[in-house]
Amino acid sequence: MNLDYFQLIDRIVDLNLDEKKITVEAQVPASHTIFEGHFPGFPIMPGVLLTEAMAQSSGWLILGVLKFERMPFLAIVKEAKMRGFVSPGQLLTIEAKLEHEGSGFAVTKVKGRVGKELKCSAELTFGLAPFPDPALRVHMDAKANEIGFPLQAMTHD
Amino acid sequence: MSSTFDQIANIIAETCDIPRDTIKPESHAIDDLGIDSLDFLDIAFAIDKAFGIKMPLEKWTQEVNDGKATTEQYFVLQNLADRIDELVAAKNAAPGA
Repeated sequence: MNLDYFQLIDRIVDLNLDEKKITVEAQVPASHTIFEGHFPGFPIMPGVLLTEAMAQSSGWLILGVLKFERMPFLAIVKEAKMRGFVSPGQLLTIEAKLEHEGSGFAVTKVKGRVGKELKCSAELTFGLAPFPDPALRVHMDAKANEIGFPLQAMTHD
Repeated sequence: MSSTFDQIANIIAETCDIPRDTIKPESHAIDDLGIDSLDFLDIAFAIDKAFGIKMPLEKWTQEVNDGKATTEQYFVLQNLADRIDELVAAKNAAPGA
């Protein structure tokens, strides 16, 4: 997790395009200035960052389903539940499932756990748009490589 | 069983917090009910789920932008209900349906 660059996902553990599911890992850093303010003496991951982590997990799933032809942009956050505290140094495992692929939008259901304990969940809707800038596409390709996106999964139909 | 229009109207009322009795078959989703594109995503999801279809929103938008269709054809609710009935009929007529 590189909080300074808003890169919350470290690794793709599993991508199943048949079942339209993804599992990713996100290692919460042991220390960061965010935790100095949120909160002094009781550092925890802000709920907005857990929501963003769920959104980025869903985003990778959607990119895989769409074969990187369009970029998902977060549009609607529903039923976002912060069910337990997530502390510095903990490993988040996030599972997202594509609930619906509509015309120009996609909906996912996502759950984040530490160990077996459910920490957060949400239903997220994304608008799907052509990549607005070639640099973004290049960045996403590089990032996909970095986090172990199984590009071979997309050639299997 | 309620009509397609009634089902759509109920979805819109619930999704956009619009009083159900103000939603009429002749209402234009955008011009009369003030539904914006984001709310329409939510409505489209609910309609897709309720009817087991995929409303071709992008195709419709393109047709409007290209001047090949008017917004009334898709966004006046009775017309939208008719389009949905057509999509459901096409789905049911498809092989394997």
